[in-house]
Amino acid sequence: MDTVVLLSCTGLGLGALYFLVASGLSLIFGLMDVLNFAHGALLSIGAYATWWAGTEAGFSFWLAVPFGTLVGTAAAVMLELFLIRPLYSRPRDQILATVGVGLAVPALLMGIWGADARPFPQPALLAGTWHVLGATVPVNRFVLLAAAALLLLTLRLFLARTRYGLIVRAGVEDRAMVTALGIDVRRAFTLVFAIGGAAAALGGALGGLYFGSVNPGQGTSLLIFAFVVVVMGGMGSVTGAAAASAGVGLVQQFANYYTGTGLGDLSVVVLLAVLLLVRPRGLTGRLA
Amino acid sequence: MVIDGLHILHGVDFDVASAGVTALLGRNGAGKTTTVKAVMGLVPRTGSIRLSGAEISSLSTHLVVRHGIGYAPEDRGIFAGLTVAENLRLAEREVRGGAEAGEPNYALVHELFPELKARAGQLAGTLSGGQQQMVAIGRTLLNRNRLIIADEPTKGLAPKIVSEVAEVLARAAEAVPVLLVEQNLALVRRLAGTCAVLADGRTAHRGDTAELLADEEAARRLLGVGSRHPLAGGPRSSSTSSAASPAATPVVTTEVRP
Repeated sequence: MDTVVLLSCTGLGLGALYFLVASGLSLIFGLMDVLNFAHGALLSIGAYATWWAGTEAGFSFWLAVPFGTLVGTAAAVMLELFLIRPLYSRPRDQILATVGVGLAVPALLMGIWGADARPFPQPALLAGTWHVLGATVPVNRFVLLAAAALLLLTLRLFLARTRYGLIVRAGVEDRAMVTALGIDVRRAFTLVFAIGGAAAALGGALGGLYFGSVNPGQGTSLLIFAFVVVVMGGMGSVTGAAAASAGVGLVQQFANYYTGTGLGDLSVVVLLAVLLLVRPRGLTGRLA
Repeated sequence: MVIDGLHILHGVDFDVASAGVTALLGRNGAGKTTTVKAVMGLVPRTGSIRLSGAEISSLSTHLVVRHGIGYAPEDRGIFAGLTVAENLRLAEREVRGGAEAGEPNYALVHELFPELKARAGQLAGTLSGGQQQMVAIGRTLLNRNRLIIADEPTKGLAPKIVSEVAEVLARAAEAVPVLLVEQNLALVRRLAGTCAVLADGRTAHRGDTAELLADEEAARRLLGVGSRHPLAGGPRSSSTSSAASPAATPVVTTEVRP
């Protein structure tokens, strides 16, 4: 029983991490048709900025996380303004550019801080464990879950209640018609990139807690599963991404424990294939 | 004017009257939808497009619209996953200061289409074709526009709805000039004072609508119909009039006088 509880909590924590990456990825793809292969790099930037602030710069953890998130957000906005925006009429080049950034950033991080994993600062408050139904569960799982839940709630409120949320929902359906109503949809693009970048960078910061360390390749390996989640959840659907994230995290943890390490990752791909056969449009097939 | 084999439109040249309805006519594939898309900046274009004297041919779509054009596209451009109220709210334009600043005119839209008020919370994708067209036209009436462009607003609608739409367009044209792309000649005869006819991407005729439709030979030659048997609400081909290809750069000269 306690193993099941621990695996569930860890799976959901990992799923929460996937959601932090996948939610932005899904919105960006839904609104802009941009497959952002640089999204893992945004996570890495957030992770390293938090690590740098928390160790080298001597910030407290509670300051380092917002700092890392802010740096990731700024990086996302710059990525959109200076690389994605000039290439709107050239979607293939756009993808190649994001792939390039996705490769360059980890290489840059490796060049500066080395390929080895760096131990991540763990504040005393979050370093311990909680006892849940007989299981001993690290607190950082719950931190990730809380962050993901908060993000889901915020995104749903943003999409449902604000004018820009309305523009995003409409733009996912028909971007050209949004401009034909007199709306400069490019501002929504930048905003969505900022939101996605912030979420991914926060994922990087909190992922450091989960894994206990940061390394240059972390973002890239998480990005693969985030893409699986986006496809399963339905492109552009935030709630779908949340459900798919939880599913993928749980399947991965349980399969890795009960079968063999590595089979969990494989089973995620099998899950994706089955879902695509049964529901080609993803879990929800619609936005929000 | 530049003529290029790749262009779908070669020399479209017409004026929209400063009041009332101007019809843009032509057979399927003549370039009517491409012409209005070119005006809107939804397809690449060269040439001159002037709205009340201001050159708008180099502006991107959202700026063209902010110059005061309400656009109801051929496919209605409804956001299916949004409610009726959200579809309308999206069309609200914040006008920056000045004499033109005005609240979105929901009173007018709800007066003309009471159904839109009753169905405000309904998803637009679940509306009938006629109701969706009401949303599309309602969006153009919400703001104070200088021109309304309606691309085949009666396409695929039941005869009763067609006359409702016609009435609304006539009402709208009392305040704002309307450029109407339409294949229903009975409707055109009723609404449009002047018209321009396109054929093979060029302006083939400009003038008085009643005169054109009275001239049986000209009507047959330009529009492919005998004017004694107008296609009033009859079944029509569902093929679109657009022949847009990515390489196409329409050349349009259009003027809307104040």
